[in-house]
Amino acid sequence: MVPTPHATLAPLLARHAGRAHELLPLLHALQDSEGYVDPAHVPAIAAALNLSRAEVHGVITFYHHFRSAPPPATVVQVCRAEACRSRDGEALVAHVEAATGARIDGEPCQGIGVESVYCLGQCALSPAVTINGELHARVSPTRFDALLAATREEVAHD
Amino acid sequence: MTEISGMRAHRVYVPRDSAALALGADRVAAAVAAEAAKRGIAVDIVRNGSRGLFWLEPLVEVQTPSGRIGYSNVQASQVAALFDSGWPARAIQDGEREMAPVDPHGSWEAPMPDCVGRVDAIPYLAKQQRLTFARIGVTDPLSPTDYEAHGGLAGLRACLALDAEAACQTVLDSGLRGRGGAAFPAGIKWRTVSRAEASQKYVVCNADEGDSGTFADRLIMESDPFVLIEGMVIAALSVGASEGIVYVRSEYPHAIAMLEAAIGIARREGWLGADVLGSGRSCELRVAKAAGAYICGEETALLESLEGKRGVVRAKPPIPALSGLFGKPTLINNVITLASVPYIFAHGAQAYREFGMGRSQGTLPVQLAGNIRRGGLVELAFGVTLRTLLDEFGGGTASGRPAKAIQVGGPLGAYLPSAQWDLPMDYEAYAAVGAVVGHGGVVVHDDTADMAGLASYAMEFCALESCGKCTPCRIGSTRGVEVIERIRRGDTSTRQVTLLHDLCDTMVSGSLCAMGGMTPFPVRSALEYFPADFGLPDGAKRAEAA
Repeated sequence: MVPTPHATLAPLLARHAGRAHELLPLLHALQDSEGYVDPAHVPAIAAALNLSRAEVHGVITFYHHFRSAPPPATVVQVCRAEACRSRDGEALVAHVEAATGARIDGEPCQGIGVESVYCLGQCALSPAVTINGELHARVSPTRFDALLAATREEVAHD
Repeated sequence: MTEISGMRAHRVYVPRDSAALALGADRVAAAVAAEAAKRGIAVDIVRNGSRGLFWLEPLVEVQTPSGRIGYSNVQASQVAALFDSGWPARAIQDGEREMAPVDPHGSWEAPMPDCVGRVDAIPYLAKQQRLTFARIGVTDPLSPTDYEAHGGLAGLRACLALDAEAACQTVLDSGLRGRGGAAFPAGIKWRTVSRAEASQKYVVCNADEGDSGTFADRLIMESDPFVLIEGMVIAALSVGASEGIVYVRSEYPHAIAMLEAAIGIARREGWLGADVLGSGRSCELRVAKAAGAYICGEETALLESLEGKRGVVRAKPPIPALSGLFGKPTLINNVITLASVPYIFAHGAQAYREFGMGRSQGTLPVQLAGNIRRGGLVELAFGVTLRTLLDEFGGGTASGRPAKAIQVGGPLGAYLPSAQWDLPMDYEAYAAVGAVVGHGGVVVHDDTADMAGLASYAMEFCALESCGKCTPCRIGSTRGVEVIERIRRGDTSTRQVTLLHDLCDTMVSGSLCAMGGMTPFPVRSALEYFPADFGLPDGAKRAEAA
């Protein structure tokens, strides 16, 4: 069951009330349960933590991890850092764009979004990607196609 | 082998660090369990950490009387065939067989897993000097019994017998310098925090390892989290802090889960909490999850983030040792620095100091990454050369093409050409040529690499990740991308090249922290050593500078 925003937010606000330094744990908990941080929640969060709305908005937008809109059904993250670049990581990016129809860091296509990530700690096994949070290393274009097909099948079964 | 309901069970090790998982280790473990059950063979599966020999992952090991026998690149689909060939009992014979040298390719598409013989005899591992990483891959990362049986807690027990001054002196005497990159003497930092007068002090572990090419922190957190916990407790007791926080990057969910589990176990075992090992002294630890900002690896930005704010760099002074988290004295060290401490206390400062050279003492966990055949973790005393690492350990490039440039120390480290691969890895020797050892990340690029493209990317990354507080970094990086792109498009006039050098000078001298201050390192080294990639004649840089 997907919790309603109010049901998720209320206990979080109660737990962190008056503790401005706990803004990040609050945002993490919110995003973990709802998939993103709805900008509509900003005033309530600001009031509970005794912060300005600008401060809360500033934190949400400063950190790459936080989303202000629901994520697509499937999220593909491709590492763009040096170690992955040294093993045709950028060619893999082009392949992922072609295979999904989505532009990297752009609009999703048919429920698949493609995002840049900077280092997944798999630098000895590059290039690395995640698909819906699952980590894969030494990803060739062929292997990516197989992984994506398996994910599509899972999504179709759900 | 252990007894399971009267039957001799084969002990089988299947790693669980995220590199092994990224190559399917969970499915392998499930397949081993399923096949064994189907055939009525008793197996006891241990999910150990990775040995850090990543090109062999998933590396499955079987315990035999002559040691642990390894099988490399095991895929779930191959497990049934392995059992058909008499495995895991076969490992006993395999262990006695004369092994051919390990196949350097270790192809993950190999039709059958290769037996690599006794794992601790593999030269890549046998030639290392593993002090900090002694337990990784050997033990179950969440077994407190394993941890103590392999030397764990000896450092903490030794520390409990010392007063704060003596404990800080031990760190000072060991010569340990921060392994996170800045290489500041750890003992001086510890003593500063220890001598500061305050009602509350903190120990913060910087686990926001975001440099491409580095995975040593991740490997410790996932494969031997107790050593980091022990190091943090030693640090807290030595500086008079009762609270420690590990700030871990959100890109490492597996490391976060392992650390949280390990902290829970350590608390239950009485290694943490109100009465550390019955000493009457208290120390609490917790994990804080970062949120994907590279700049938060900078210590003051990290503190801002822990205070719930945007990760904007603070001007120093005051230094965090005197005014850190919530304005209180705070000891901030990187994962490997803290994980090195238990060895130092257990074996003595002198034992640690016997490794290394000059003012670079102890060992450095080097991370071989990028275009390399045998990528993985190599812990060695300071002083090894890149050529040795590349050829003897790494086995050359993965593509089989000649190596062209090696970037050491992360995205802010210089690109070194072949002429500099014989330099000993030592903080001062590297600094002398405008390079940095940093966190020990080594990323190899072959001769197809476009160094102008990589220089442009270095500026682009700085523009993307700058906290925005200071102008040289915030605006200089964007201008840097533009100038490099103009040069790449063919405007190689003196004016553009001079402009790029001026811009680099401004960023180096005017930036508030290393983000803007070091981005010019990869850019300038690419320009100086690989001018042809920019469309510039050889020696152009020297002529411009003259």
